[in-house]
Amino acid sequence: MKIHKYDTVIVGAGGAGMRAAIESTKRSRTAVLTKLYPTRSHTGAAQGGMAAALANVEEDNWEWHTFDTIKGGDYLVDQDAAEILAKEAIDAVLDLEKMGLPFNRTPDGTIDQRRFGGHSRNHGEAPVRRSCYAADRTGHMILQTLYQNCVKEGVEFFNEFYVLDQLITEVDGVKKSAGVVAFELATGEIHVFQAKSVIYASGGTGKFFKVTSNAHTLTGDGQAACYRRGLPLEDMEFFQFHPTGIWRMGILLTEGARGEGGILRNKDGERFMEKYAPVMKDLASRDVVSRSIYTEIREGRGCGPEGDHVYLDLTHLPPEQLDAKLPDITEFARTYLGIEPYTDPIPIQPTAHYAMGGIPTNVAGEVLSDNDTVVPGLYAAGEVACVSVHGANRLGTNSLLDINVFGKRAGIAAAEYAHRSDFVELPENPAQLVVDQVERLRESTGNERVAEIRKELQETMDANVMVFRTEQTIKTAVEKIAELRERYKNVSVQDKGKRFNTDLLEAIELGNLLDLAEVMAVSALARKESRGGHYREDYPNRDDVNFMRHTMAYREVGKDGKDSIRLDYKPVVQTRYQPMERKY
Amino acid sequence: MATPTTLDKLEADSTTSHLITVTFRVRRFNPEVAAEASWQDFQLEIDPKERVLDGLHKIKWDQDGSLTFRRSCAHGICGSDAMRINGKNRLACKTLIKDLNPSKPITVEPIKGLTVLKDLVVDMDPFFQAYRDVMPFLITKGNEPTRERLQTAEDRERFDDTTKCILCAACTSSCPVFWNDGQYFGPAAIVNAHRFIFDSRDEAGEQRLEILNDKDGVWRCRTTFNCTDACPRGIEVTKAIQEVKRALITRRY
Ligand SMILES: Cc1cc2nc3c(=O)[nH]c(=O)nc-3n(C[C@H](O)[C@H](O)[C@H](O)COP(=O)(O)OP(=O)(O)OC[C@H]3O[C@@H](n4cnc5c(N)ncnc54)[C@H](O)[C@@H]3O)c2cc1C
Ligand code: FES
Repeated sequence: MKIHKYDTVIVGAGGAGMRAAIESTKRSRTAVLTKLYPTRSHTGAAQGGMAAALANVEEDNWEWHTFDTIKGGDYLVDQDAAEILAKEAIDAVLDLEKMGLPFNRTPDGTIDQRRFGGHSRNHGEAPVRRSCYAADRTGHMILQTLYQNCVKEGVEFFNEFYVLDQLITEVDGVKKSAGVVAFELATGEIHVFQAKSVIYASGGTGKFFKVTSNAHTLTGDGQAACYRRGLPLEDMEFFQFHPTGIWRMGILLTEGARGEGGILRNKDGERFMEKYAPVMKDLASRDVVSRSIYTEIREGRGCGPEGDHVYLDLTHLPPEQLDAKLPDITEFARTYLGIEPYTDPIPIQPTAHYAMGGIPTNVAGEVLSDNDTVVPGLYAAGEVACVSVHGANRLGTNSLLDINVFGKRAGIAAAEYAHRSDFVELPENPAQLVVDQVERLRESTGNERVAEIRKELQETMDANVMVFRTEQTIKTAVEKIAELRERYKNVSVQDKGKRFNTDLLEAIELGNLLDLAEVMAVSALARKESRGGHYREDYPNRDDVNFMRHTMAYREVGKDGKDSIRLDYKPVVQTRYQPMERKY
Repeated sequence: MATPTTLDKLEADSTTSHLITVTFRVRRFNPEVAAEASWQDFQLEIDPKERVLDGLHKIKWDQDGSLTFRRSCAHGICGSDAMRINGKNRLACKTLIKDLNPSKPITVEPIKGLTVLKDLVVDMDPFFQAYRDVMPFLITKGNEPTRERLQTAEDRERFDDTTKCILCAACTSSCPVFWNDGQYFGPAAIVNAHRFIFDSRDEAGEQRLEILNDKDGVWRCRTTFNCTDACPRGIEVTKAIQEVKRALITRRY
């Protein structure tokens, strides 16, 4: 076991982690621990754009953006946070441009902007061009640009280090962050990083679904590490299903495709979104579009012999426009489906995409241990966190924004905290939990296989807690997850070695997915209403009287050593917008 | 709206399963087990429309958990899984079984020219070092403008191709010059230098050109086009290198 000491440790090198690192490296001795090489992070998969009311191509302002974000989130958004997001968006985009990001340009040479779902002029009047983009590889360009600037700033990376535990020490009755424990992939060695500040920027958790746009590595490690140490997880029932994933594969086709004029059609060729969202049509918010697609499918208007998908039709757009604005996604259709998007509509279905919930933080990125207590020295930003700027449903282009705005804020806040604070003493045997976990898995002779349990988990999640949920389906999922968690205790790995043992790490990642899936299902069961991404067929309406509040899920360990989930609730911060019915 | 035949076929095919049996011949190496690398054959059932990465996962998940490779996004954008498949550098997640003549064994080996650490995993540090050496970040002089820097659409287009790089190393590790001399910067580093040299906003083109004028720089390129063939992003790598060479001669870019 090795012990390292840094002022600030950042867990994750995606957009949020690297944006934080650029700030904190200037201000404090910083280490970035990342399980992937930075440029492998899933921020690089983002396609469509990053929202900011630059008003480069038409009238726009950050107040409209704030409103759209709150409405898009079905009023579960903390309005003070949404205001910061929309206001600081403009500088966030300009910062990236100055760092070198090659945005597409207008004829005037300014940053070009395009339409995106849920973004409107003047509180819902019509779609507005607010998304700043670089073809359909905006995330790639953000990730590359941030990495380039990390190279410039000399950010210190520990690549292929998996953070598996969060260390917390109680000082005078206050829980404080003391550091993290990491597993080095190359050697199997365990490292303890003592740090004054720790920032989680470890991304999402989509891999508990089968059809998902998320990478294999998005297994919610950060959320799980904090949760296991008694910290709450907020709004985990809210998961976004993006309308246009490649049929059966889940690979994302950006909403930018509809922003450029693409149309969703059912088997009769009908532009069905006109029925569900007369104003915004194909550019209604994602939860609305995904439900509409499944409604078409359920009512027998799906395409193909099994009627299990619909079409994204780009055939009326000029090939030059597709080549210039959507080169990557048209290539995905060619590569993975053998389809030519110039002439063929593309078969699509909703795909599990984005975790609105996560580690609760305030607007400075500080992690909360309950509704209002901050854990000194602990920060989170990006998809791992819940500020909450996305509420019950995130608007497209608001996450690339979130990672930049709150990544930067967390980086500054963490470094400044490190400056004015001392190291917190490490707990006794700091690496114990990880050592035990690794040893148990390596030595286990149990007969359960990681791949089988993961497959069953993904199948139950897809079948029971996707776009449509009921008490019955969620209960089925809760029971199945409980069974899988039991079976997980008998899981064994074949690779017993130390070097690059990805077999072992997949087992650990599965453990995280199981814990988080349970939190998601239990939180969903208790929310007896429909709001944003959480749709209960047995409670189809939003219920502001009982459920205008954030879910806070805590892990509790009983005297018998068994763990269970305790749910609590946190008020939503409302400033100037009164909840209204959402219409698109 | 016409529904053309490729789509019909795709949809009709999906109702029946078309599993075929293929052999994956994988180059294995684990110094914890044996000092030498060796080939190992695996037989698996797979739909030919699936990816080589799916095949590797089937092996890892159902047959031999110790088979080791890197991967993340599974659709060709993170650059984790460049490997030599049937003797050519490709991304495993972007190569479909049906495009490989699956009646013969499919060979899968680590990319060449970088030290193999275990099975298909190589040491990427020298690759990223060469990248860092070309100063891969925007360098400007003078005061920052308050708004964005302006750039015409044409100026933006000038370096569009080289912004697509995902640093997978497929190009660099397909280059015979790099195989023989690991000191050579290699195509990927030059591509990333190109991305800045030809960016109208950047003001350090001269410095970067001097770096590439080095004995291990662009002049080592023998224009074999391996790199262009290998690039999973379709970047015209050789062309980019030629443009850098030309800029070195004319000092115009
Ligand atoms: C296909 C796709 C398209 C998208 N398009 C858009 C879009 O157009 N606009 C938009 O706004 N949003 C989009 N999103 C959402 C957005 O891209 C993501 O939410 C965002 O990039 C997440 O960034 P992040 O920095 O939080 O996490 P990530 O980029 O996922 O990075 C996570 C980092 O954490 C590290 N990590 C994870 N676990 C550990 C661990 N245990 N130890 C150490 N390190 C760890 C990883 O190595 C990685 O570096 C899209 C998402 C997807 C999947
Ligand atoms: S797994 Fe990301 S490029 Fe292949």
